[in-house]
Amino acid sequence: MKKLMTGNEALARGAYEAGVKAATGYPGTPSSEILENIVQYKEIYAEWSTNEKTATEAAIGAAYAGRRAITTMKQVGMNVAADAFFFAVYTGMRAGLMIIVADDPGMFSSQNEQDNRHYAPFAKMPMLEPADSQEAKDFVKIAMEMSEEWDVPVLYRTCMRVAHSASPVELGERNWDDEKIPEKWVRNQEKYVCSAMFAQKKRPMIEERLIKLVETSNKIAINRLEWGDRKLGIIASGPVYHYAREIFPDATFLKLGMTYPLPEGLIRELAAGVEKVMVIEELDPFIEQQVKAMGIDCIGKDIFPRYGELLTGDIEKACAKAGIIPWEKVAEQRALTPQGLPGRSPVLCPGCPHRSTFFNLAKIKDLIIVSDIGCYNLGALAPFHATDFMGSMGAGFGVAHGFEIGGIEKTGQKIIGIVGDSTFFHNGVTPLLNMVHNGSNVTLMVLDNSTTAMTGHQDHPGTENTLEGKGKRVDIEKLVRAIGVEHVLKANAFDVKSVDAAIKEGLNHEGLSFIIVEGPCFFVGKNTKPAFTVTQDCNGCGTCFKLGCSAIARSEIVDEKTGRKKSSIDPVLCVGCTICAQVCPRKAIVSTQAA
Amino acid sequence: METINFLITGVGGQGTVLASEIMAAVGLAAGYDVKKSDLLGLSVRGGAVLGHVRWGETVYSPIVPEGRVDYLVAFEQLEALRHLGQVKSSGTILVNQQKIYPVLVSSGLAEYPSDEVIETSLNRTAKAIYKIPAVDLALGIGNSKVLNIVLLGALSSLFDIEAAVWEKVLEERVPKKFTELNIQAFREGRNWMKGK
Ligand SMILES: Cc1ncc(C[n+]2csc(CCOP(=O)(O)OP(=O)(O)O)c2C)c(N)n1
Repeated sequence: MKKLMTGNEALARGAYEAGVKAATGYPGTPSSEILENIVQYKEIYAEWSTNEKTATEAAIGAAYAGRRAITTMKQVGMNVAADAFFFAVYTGMRAGLMIIVADDPGMFSSQNEQDNRHYAPFAKMPMLEPADSQEAKDFVKIAMEMSEEWDVPVLYRTCMRVAHSASPVELGERNWDDEKIPEKWVRNQEKYVCSAMFAQKKRPMIEERLIKLVETSNKIAINRLEWGDRKLGIIASGPVYHYAREIFPDATFLKLGMTYPLPEGLIRELAAGVEKVMVIEELDPFIEQQVKAMGIDCIGKDIFPRYGELLTGDIEKACAKAGIIPWEKVAEQRALTPQGLPGRSPVLCPGCPHRSTFFNLAKIKDLIIVSDIGCYNLGALAPFHATDFMGSMGAGFGVAHGFEIGGIEKTGQKIIGIVGDSTFFHNGVTPLLNMVHNGSNVTLMVLDNSTTAMTGHQDHPGTENTLEGKGKRVDIEKLVRAIGVEHVLKANAFDVKSVDAAIKEGLNHEGLSFIIVEGPCFFVGKNTKPAFTVTQDCNGCGTCFKLGCSAIARSEIVDEKTGRKKSSIDPVLCVGCTICAQVCPRKAIVSTQAA
Repeated sequence: METINFLITGVGGQGTVLASEIMAAVGLAAGYDVKKSDLLGLSVRGGAVLGHVRWGETVYSPIVPEGRVDYLVAFEQLEALRHLGQVKSSGTILVNQQKIYPVLVSSGLAEYPSDEVIETSLNRTAKAIYKIPAVDLALGIGNSKVLNIVLLGALSSLFDIEAAVWEKVLEERVPKKFTELNIQAFREGRNWMKGK
């Protein structure tokens, strides 16, 4: 019987069936559930690594040792991992290796919309792209066999819609000898030592391999011509194939599962058999440009947008505008949603330890807040607006130093660099080393909530656990002191005054200071205490609204003296973190236990 | 056969994800090809959530194409309004009579749409509209958390699939100790639709 699985569940199952023995990764939407699902297969070693480069190197090493390995990452993770997989294309491995990247067309949870297909020709490795859950599973085995046949890592590019959509999957078995010990390693410097001397010798082979892989791409079953009506021949891959099939059920399709190198023979056969070729692809004209370079004319980005998703409705509209389908086929557009509906943007959860930091930072003038990626980036939104910059993981420290060497402090403004604990381990330690060594003067802050919260609460080197069990916790304070930071301050995230004092002391200190704000994410401890409530002493001053807590709302009760609406607390949402009670100037917020 | 398109909307924490999982599994059990897709907001709690479920002979896209929603199942009133443009004029709307204020509203920076606006917007969208007091019905059997299953019960009454099929899927998907409560919630919703 078929089982309904998301793309990420199916991919994990595929790794199990394909005999994968080692799986590494760093969390990032929409890729995180791959490893979280792999954990259930005891035959596979799985770990969250500190960052994508470390994860990729670990997977490469496992494949050198002789075991099938995969590494997973979100779209921007490719940039971090790139230095590692580029050399693996030169060395090859002793077992299959797959670099899995989950792209995010539409930028649902990413800081840019990069199209990672470009990494395939850039690093010169073959690429597969699944379109649904069945393919997400089946392509793992195909990738592993291709990787071993050609002695090269295979780029497996998935995306949010495949990762987080579910469709029926036919399951298979794992036919693998899990007891088998890897073959003994034999020193082979020409193959594995990537010095220029050896790498130069391999250079022609890398190009020849790609040329030979075109033949594979022509023959492989996952690239198939689906002949239909001959007016239009559509080239599509990934979920876009399904979106397009919806509109063109009878057209001729070249459905691609292997998108690098492209099957030139099949593309020529298609072009010869139809009146017009059309390439439908999300983001960059990756396929289109290669088709045109073959001397084949096609419709493509002249009618389809280069950014955002290309869902059925988008394709439909672009095709109607270009006169390819009649407007009658496009769904009626009804403007039925009333104007000006309030948005429901994300906010820090009730009980979040980041709240006290941004409540305090929002009050400080002439401070450049160089922040980073994680739940704490919500400090950039209402009601705090306490962030000047957010770019890439680790940049909260790296760019803070840059502001300093750019001389911004001569304007009278001070600088604070902020990263989360997972971000600190990911890429915050190296900029800290840089600042210590080069005598930086800025104030830095780690918001240590004992988890990687934003991507779904994964463990990291600062936590007790690993993906598979108990690990060794790295102590941030000891690490920072060992690096040579002398002025280290600690604050309790659930004590608003202690956070305020630490920030002030850090900013006043001459020289580098480092603040560790400690307090677990609510979802780590799930430590719900009795809810708080508002007493009649509330005069509606609104200080508690500056905390941006969804448990606190304006009530309909008006204070007689001030004429302002009083606050109220939702007893279901409140988890009793006490922060609002600490900031209330009239002490009008009390625990329901005390009241 | 035309594909049947469901859009499930609500707020994180209301149990929409389990609801769309069950709907997909029921479709599969009833012999349809099925696809499903969930879009979760950034925040763990309190963000808007959107689920797509499709039943058909062959379903291609996991996303309901723009403007082609047959059943809008809204767990919250504001989240119902947000997606009205997606509903076919022949479509059906099931809306839980619950209001959850976004922080913008609770902190006084924006207004929640008035009951009149909600009423007229819904009425001009679709012919069949069911306003279901799912929280009250759930509280009636002792637990507001099962409001999602109450809504599924109501939805189930609009299809020719036997209640037993839904209930079997439910049993497979919810923790054992809550099976009875969930079955009760399902029947509560299904019964409420009788005579509507
Ligand atoms: C290179 C890269 N990898 C992964 C991500 C996805 N991502 C966004 S935030 C985040 C981690 C945040 O964890 P932490 O710094 O501990 O902050 P928290 O969310 O816990 O507050 C991750 C992994 C990313 N944006 N960039």
